[in-house]
Amino acid sequence: MPFVPGGCLQGWGRAGLSGDRAGVTYIFQFGPVFAAFDDLMWGAFYTVRLTTLAVLCGLVLAVVCTYARMNGPVWASRLVLVYVEIIRNTPLLVQLFFVFFALPMAGMKLTPNQAALLTMATNLGAYASEILRAGVEAVPRAQIEAGEALGLRPVQIFRFVIFRPALRAVFPALASQFVLLLLGSAVVSAVAAEDLTSIANVLQSRTFRAFEVYAVVLAIYLVMATLFRMAFRVAYRALFERQRWS
Amino acid sequence: MRPFGETEFFFIVAALRWTAALSIGALVIGGVGGLLVAVLRVQPGRIGRWAAMGFIELFQDTPLLLQLFVAFFGLGLVGINVDAWTASMMALSLHTAAFLGEIWRGSIEAIPRTQWEAARALSLSWLQAMRLVVVPQAMRTAVAPTVGFLVQLIKGTSVTALIGFLEITRAGQLVSNVTLQPFTVYSTVAGLYVLLCWPLSFASQRLELRLSRSTRRTPAGAGG
Repeated sequence: MPFVPGGCLQGWGRAGLSGDRAGVTYIFQFGPVFAAFDDLMWGAFYTVRLTTLAVLCGLVLAVVCTYARMNGPVWASRLVLVYVEIIRNTPLLVQLFFVFFALPMAGMKLTPNQAALLTMATNLGAYASEILRAGVEAVPRAQIEAGEALGLRPVQIFRFVIFRPALRAVFPALASQFVLLLLGSAVVSAVAAEDLTSIANVLQSRTFRAFEVYAVVLAIYLVMATLFRMAFRVAYRALFERQRWS
Repeated sequence: MRPFGETEFFFIVAALRWTAALSIGALVIGGVGGLLVAVLRVQPGRIGRWAAMGFIELFQDTPLLLQLFVAFFGLGLVGINVDAWTASMMALSLHTAAFLGEIWRGSIEAIPRTQWEAARALSLSWLQAMRLVVVPQAMRTAVAPTVGFLVQLIKGTSVTALIGFLEITRAGQLVSNVTLQPFTVYSTVAGLYVLLCWPLSFASQRLELRLSRSTRRTPAGAGG
């Protein structure tokens, strides 16, 4: 990776603030940051990949938990309740430390990337199962009975009467939970899992341009989150608004 | 290597005061900021509305950790001597202002248009209408999500451990490093968070339930 001392954008900082009160003048140098832009793009890719995998695994977990909570035996329902409450009332960072540092003591050795994925999927599973449950509970009992009266098979009732309307009702909440996970994923850098913030940390220690590095990375997260939100809005329209009758 | 004994346990418990101080401080400062953001967001002037919207977007769509890093490394550049405490306080307060601003904007906008019109008919000014008619009613719907956000804020303070601020997560890291008993240590830390957050989560759920029941009991057609 070439290190470019002062880049094309070196002049930017001169118009900005300089720390006169501290007796030093700081000149912003974005050059070294943009010289490593490829690295940052890889970091963004790692973060998106990690979040996507966590969302997929987390959703499967959430569906299983929602089913156990609503239709399972009492012990399963209680177990899910405890799982959801523990996850929702502890920070993602502590969950990560627990998975990465404590689980090896119980014989489960994980690489940083595996620990990050496991933590994020477990975290999303709890939040998403609460959201899904709210959606399923919002389907009126009478509609299911109406489906039965129309002679629909149980699979059809599940698909058209419960699943689709429930998903439609909770889609915006799920989407914002995914974005929260994307943003929360920055903490996985604490165990040096591969992600955008880890790349930023490495870049920071190599260039000593901490503020510039983190400001640019902040902007990249902003773009990612905005794109994600837009994608979910498009998906919502495509899934639920095109055919009103289904 | 030391065993995980009483001293170590109380070292973590003592760090609770910093978690609490950060949460309460950010809630107070961020609460004032949030009120400002919410009012800016619903007032008629376009520039103020856009500024508030940009502020909310910036803080809601970026990771808290990065906000913290920028505050920690950025403030030094403008000649302010920052320690981990100041940077954490600042980042968390701004973060809180953005989230509470958005929550409270929602509650204010949920108040029916007719309330504004009635206030106007009584010849109240915009600010009077806001203060005397809209805000008191909006507070009712705002309580549950605000308490819910408080849980998010307390959990958010854990991130300050990564710039070296000694709250319970950082205390846990330190104790885990000397005792080599991460299982016990992080379970303790997690337990303390549950102790802090669970009552608030519970209260938030109950408040929400009570509110939805009380609004359901209004006569059919009300609120349209």
